[in-house]
Amino acid sequence: MAKKIPEIPAASLADIAFMLLIFFLVTTTMDVDSGLRRKLPQWVDPDELKDQNNEINERNIFVVLVNKNNDLLVEGDYEQIENLRERAKEFMANPYNAENLPEKEPVEVPYFGQVMVTKGVISLRNDLDTQYGTYLAVQNELVAAINELRDELAKQQFGKAYEDLEDDKQDAIRKIYPQKISEAEPKGKI
Amino acid sequence: MSKFRKDDGKELPPISTASLPDIVFMLLFFFMVSTTMREVTLKVKMRIPEATELSKLEKKSLVSYIYIGEPLPTYQKTFGKAPRIQLNDQFATVDEVQDFVIAEREARDEAEQPFMVTSLKIDENTRMSIVGDVKQELRKSAALNINYSSRKKAER
Repeated sequence: MAKKIPEIPAASLADIAFMLLIFFLVTTTMDVDSGLRRKLPQWVDPDELKDQNNEINERNIFVVLVNKNNDLLVEGDYEQIENLRERAKEFMANPYNAENLPEKEPVEVPYFGQVMVTKGVISLRNDLDTQYGTYLAVQNELVAAINELRDELAKQQFGKAYEDLEDDKQDAIRKIYPQKISEAEPKGKI
Repeated sequence: MSKFRKDDGKELPPISTASLPDIVFMLLFFFMVSTTMREVTLKVKMRIPEATELSKLEKKSLVSYIYIGEPLPTYQKTFGKAPRIQLNDQFATVDEVQDFVIAEREARDEAEQPFMVTSLKIDENTRMSIVGDVKQELRKSAALNINYSSRKKAER
């Protein structure tokens, strides 16, 4: 009778697989990268900038200043960061056409017809010593304000959240509530 | 005759471990598929700030990363405690950002270049002066799509 070949032991296979598993656990990252998306303005030569001073009406600018102690100054008065979103929404929407809030101009927008679109611009300026965390929180609130306005309009007009709309409808809403956040060059002292 | 004699006939058979490798392999494949490889070794410490209006970075191949933060304790002897910029695997100065962006751009297809995004991973305690400098450099090199990397804030 021929000798039987002994079976290869498989007990160590688990150990080998565990070793591989631990290697992958250590060398990889689980988190999906996410963040606040912004677009920087085109680079303009500082000399050119001086020549053209395009005047924007005082009431059309929403001034947000952040100082080196991370305090907020919104339109001339102290403000908590929790209230910034409401203030920005009120400014951009101007529901009662108040005198001190931005002007509106009629614009032809698909799906909506002629709409009064705000001329408001949000201006954000920070100190050189401002903490990045505060700066990002302010940016986040401003973006959130505009996103909320867009969402409200989308629900009112189309009965859907802004994110679920088709591209051309999103474009139309973006025309009514543009994301106009301008950042001035930071200055040493505010 | 001892009272405590084992009855040989009724001993439990050992639990079979033959399926253990299969289970572990399953775990292994799960982690291999669901995670991404770490590309750079971080040399700076970062606590990413929180935000609510997040959007995901979809195409990983189009993203280039700039890290800013305090150097890790091992590097603090040579580089000090002030926040530094890290590009790829090494510390860099603000002037090197432009070269970095151009190098990153050269590495991509021409058709994909307009969709490139620069992800800024910045510690929340960093002062804005260094962030502002980096932003100016990015504007100069026309890398205008940026993404301030942040964590999801818990809803209140």
